[in-house]
Amino acid sequence: MIELQGISKSFKVAKRSSGIGQAFKALFAREHTTVHALQEISFSIGEGEIVGYIGPNGAGKSTSIKVMSGILVPDEGSCSVMGYTPWKDRTAYVKNIGVVFGQRSQLWWDVPVLDSFELLKDIYRIPDAEYRGNLSMLTETLDLEPILKVPVRQLSLGQRMRCEIAASLLHGPRILFLDEPTIGLDAVSKLAVRRFIRTLNEEKGVTVILTTHDMSDIEALAERILMIGKGTLLYDGTIGELRNRFGTERKITVDYETCDRPLEIEGAKTLSWSPERAVFSVDTGQYRIADLISRLSGQIELLDVSVEAKPVEEMIVELYREHRI
Amino acid sequence: MRAYTSVWRLRFLLGLQYRTAAFAGIATQLFFGFIFIMIYIAFYEHGAGGAPIDLPDLISYTWLQQIFLTLIMLWYRDNEIFRLITSGNIAYELCRPCGIYGFWYAKLLGQRLAGASLRCLPLLPIALLLPEPYRLGFPPSIANLGLFILSLAIGLLIVVSVSMLLYISVFWTMSPVGSTLLISIAGEFFAGMVIPVPLMPEWLQKIVNFLPFRWTADFPFRVYTGHIPEREALLGIAAQLAWIVVLIGFGQWLLSRALRRTVIQGG
Repeated sequence: MIELQGISKSFKVAKRSSGIGQAFKALFAREHTTVHALQEISFSIGEGEIVGYIGPNGAGKSTSIKVMSGILVPDEGSCSVMGYTPWKDRTAYVKNIGVVFGQRSQLWWDVPVLDSFELLKDIYRIPDAEYRGNLSMLTETLDLEPILKVPVRQLSLGQRMRCEIAASLLHGPRILFLDEPTIGLDAVSKLAVRRFIRTLNEEKGVTVILTTHDMSDIEALAERILMIGKGTLLYDGTIGELRNRFGTERKITVDYETCDRPLEIEGAKTLSWSPERAVFSVDTGQYRIADLISRLSGQIELLDVSVEAKPVEEMIVELYREHRI
Repeated sequence: MRAYTSVWRLRFLLGLQYRTAAFAGIATQLFFGFIFIMIYIAFYEHGAGGAPIDLPDLISYTWLQQIFLTLIMLWYRDNEIFRLITSGNIAYELCRPCGIYGFWYAKLLGQRLAGASLRCLPLLPIALLLPEPYRLGFPPSIANLGLFILSLAIGLLIVVSVSMLLYISVFWTMSPVGSTLLISIAGEFFAGMVIPVPLMPEWLQKIVNFLPFRWTADFPFRVYTGHIPEREALLGIAAQLAWIVVLIGFGQWLLSRALRRTVIQGG
């Protein structure tokens, strides 16, 4: 469905140090640095996948989304989405995609949301029946009924974001690009948006590419992760693989009747200790948790035990560290 | 086409919301109309005579300038488009299945027509009913009126085509202040909004004839008063059409170049 082959893109960025002298100098001789936003990015995404696209700030996530949605022209490389080259067949191509930029707005600020939707209906030439069907489905699942007739400037961020997502889906796109769709949303809206993306993918087979800094989004939605850093693709795999790679470690927290000396347990590394509580880390590849707990209960009176896997968040941080980005 | 009429309609309806601005505009235009006419009356009373345009014609010319201000002023602009470019929201416009040039053109047209209908509908009857010598006269014939409406409409298209160039220039300059200020002041002057073109010295009129601006205001207004005869008016309309072809062609070429090197601001 989506095929990227050696895509590179660089920007020229004007820079100067702060201060009047430097500003004055920059009037005559402007210094430029070239930022390589993308270097030789290649990957392919199949129909019906949900792909989480992650990477630290400035890694090139948004730039790739913009290349794939036909907004930016890359310096090198080829890209084919549904058989189109996005930046060449822009107008024919964009009918098939929906894009949400979490930091931007596509709704008209001073008019009710519904007016913006009607305009989109005409822009995309959506047939009446299809428009009504999509609108009622979106209204229901994103709970838009009470806000459709309100001018956009009076909506809260979360309400606006739900409308933005609806606006990008009115024409029933086959591919959905989401650039930080849950930015600034409260827990309820976040869950609603996630649930919605999931249904859309399952019921309509829409391919979703999602960038986010919220790893719980990725965990809840994406099967596959693409990680990018400093413009190069560093990791392409499933969350399961990532878990296996970093995830054999478990954190065990135990509460017990007061015990005045530190516990020494074979195979467990003590992370913290107090007379009532201790935290250990265990590599489950080498030691079984059951053994460890039975050894613990032999030494002390256990009150509570909890075992946690390493959160995806931490795995990602470790992955970033591994690649020094 | 639906997309363009639709954005036109939305922009038009949006423009009709600003009632207070319209009242303020009517008051301002009346004020300026009176001031200009008083000045001209004073000039004509104490001048040497043999002026290139009659006083009643000049008074009509002045009222038409004030009444149709929103149709012909270059500084009348849509800040949203500027914001779109400088803030990077243009990303959304670029993932729509329609040409940006036509889309913005329709938007600007809608905005101007909304502004004009709010101002000119009330101003027109006022100016027609004022006591002499301040009254706006009727055109000498129906043919003049028809040609006036046609040339004003084409003039509006020219104004929008020129202002499109201003919007496109922001892709390079990143600030609308310089280019709009410069072009709108120059354009206003060359359109005869400061000194009516017939009152300009001959050498200046020659320059003015080579620029598109006079075709947006001076030409239709003089067609209205009959200062430009019908035959000449038809030729003028042909010249207007030629300007449109040139300006729109250039604008589209420039926009396609701008988009090829676009950088979406703000990540």
